[in-house]
Amino acid sequence: MSTAKPGSHHHAHHYDNAEHEYQSSKEGVWLFLCTEILMFGGMFVAYAIFHHLYPELFKVGSKFTDVRYGATNTVVLLFSSLTMALGIYYCQMKEQKKAVIALAATIVCGFIFMGIKYLEYTHKIHLGLLPGDWYAGNAELIAAEVGNLKIPDNIGLYFSFYFLMTGIHGIHVLIGMGLIGWVLVRTMKGEFGPGYYTPVEGVGLFWHLVDLVWIYLFPLLYLVS
Amino acid sequence: MANTTSDSHDHGSHDHHIIPLKTYLSVFAALIFLTVITVLAAKVDFGAFNAVVAFGIASVKAGLVLSIFMHLKYDNMLNRVIIGTSVFFLLVLWFFCILDIVTRIGQESTL
Repeated sequence: MSTAKPGSHHHAHHYDNAEHEYQSSKEGVWLFLCTEILMFGGMFVAYAIFHHLYPELFKVGSKFTDVRYGATNTVVLLFSSLTMALGIYYCQMKEQKKAVIALAATIVCGFIFMGIKYLEYTHKIHLGLLPGDWYAGNAELIAAEVGNLKIPDNIGLYFSFYFLMTGIHGIHVLIGMGLIGWVLVRTMKGEFGPGYYTPVEGVGLFWHLVDLVWIYLFPLLYLVS
Repeated sequence: MANTTSDSHDHGSHDHHIIPLKTYLSVFAALIFLTVITVLAAKVDFGAFNAVVAFGIASVKAGLVLSIFMHLKYDNMLNRVIIGTSVFFLLVLWFFCILDIVTRIGQESTL
């Protein structure tokens, strides 16, 4: 595997041929993504249940999310999905340099996304908007932020959902950045080309899923109140 | 299903479908456009349909990412079945949770 040059990849002995190996690898990634969808899906269902039970609480909670940050991050992630797809495209087209640039741009987008997330988190922590029992809202700072708003006693529940869902998503972004870094180094070494680019494709699928989850998280946390 | 498993065997030397650059760029443009629509639509009050509109648009975006960026449109049927299965069981979970909640008489009811 590690000696592969474009077109000279030797498939493992338990596969019929390189195509069989490629399809099996991809199938494995899709099965893994299946478990990811079920994990994030569970959180979405839990959100729906509690939103239904305590609509007021979620209405107040969502006032603390900033659409500008959320929308910017949506655009950043969508653009990173494009550059990731282009990374695979340029491997297929045997354009190594462009593939490296596309993958590097994807990682930069990851940094921008996490940077904005950092700004959002620190601001919320500053106001004391912590999850569950840790909620320690500073009344003065909150009033300065959203005006005279009656804060429900159990508003910490909303921030449990907020931090859990965006946090687990953020961990996925970090893992994705690491994986893209790995295929970026291997692309620079010239290991991928039209004949063999399976790891780039697999990492790409993971990155797109991270984007998919955000596509739903954005309206859920930032827009629908 | 039998069809899909034989797929990966038959095409030993089959060339992978390469999606043209133009398609990727137009999908990206469409995704940005839909994001703008989502933000604008959130400012309009559709009443009970607010969530339906927002998540409807999100699903169109998800469909674009899955079919083009993730190559499902040109992939073999098995991978589509795999992802479809997870979405199906997610909907089953969703359905039974909703069924439980809407059939309760009150918060304390265990009906």
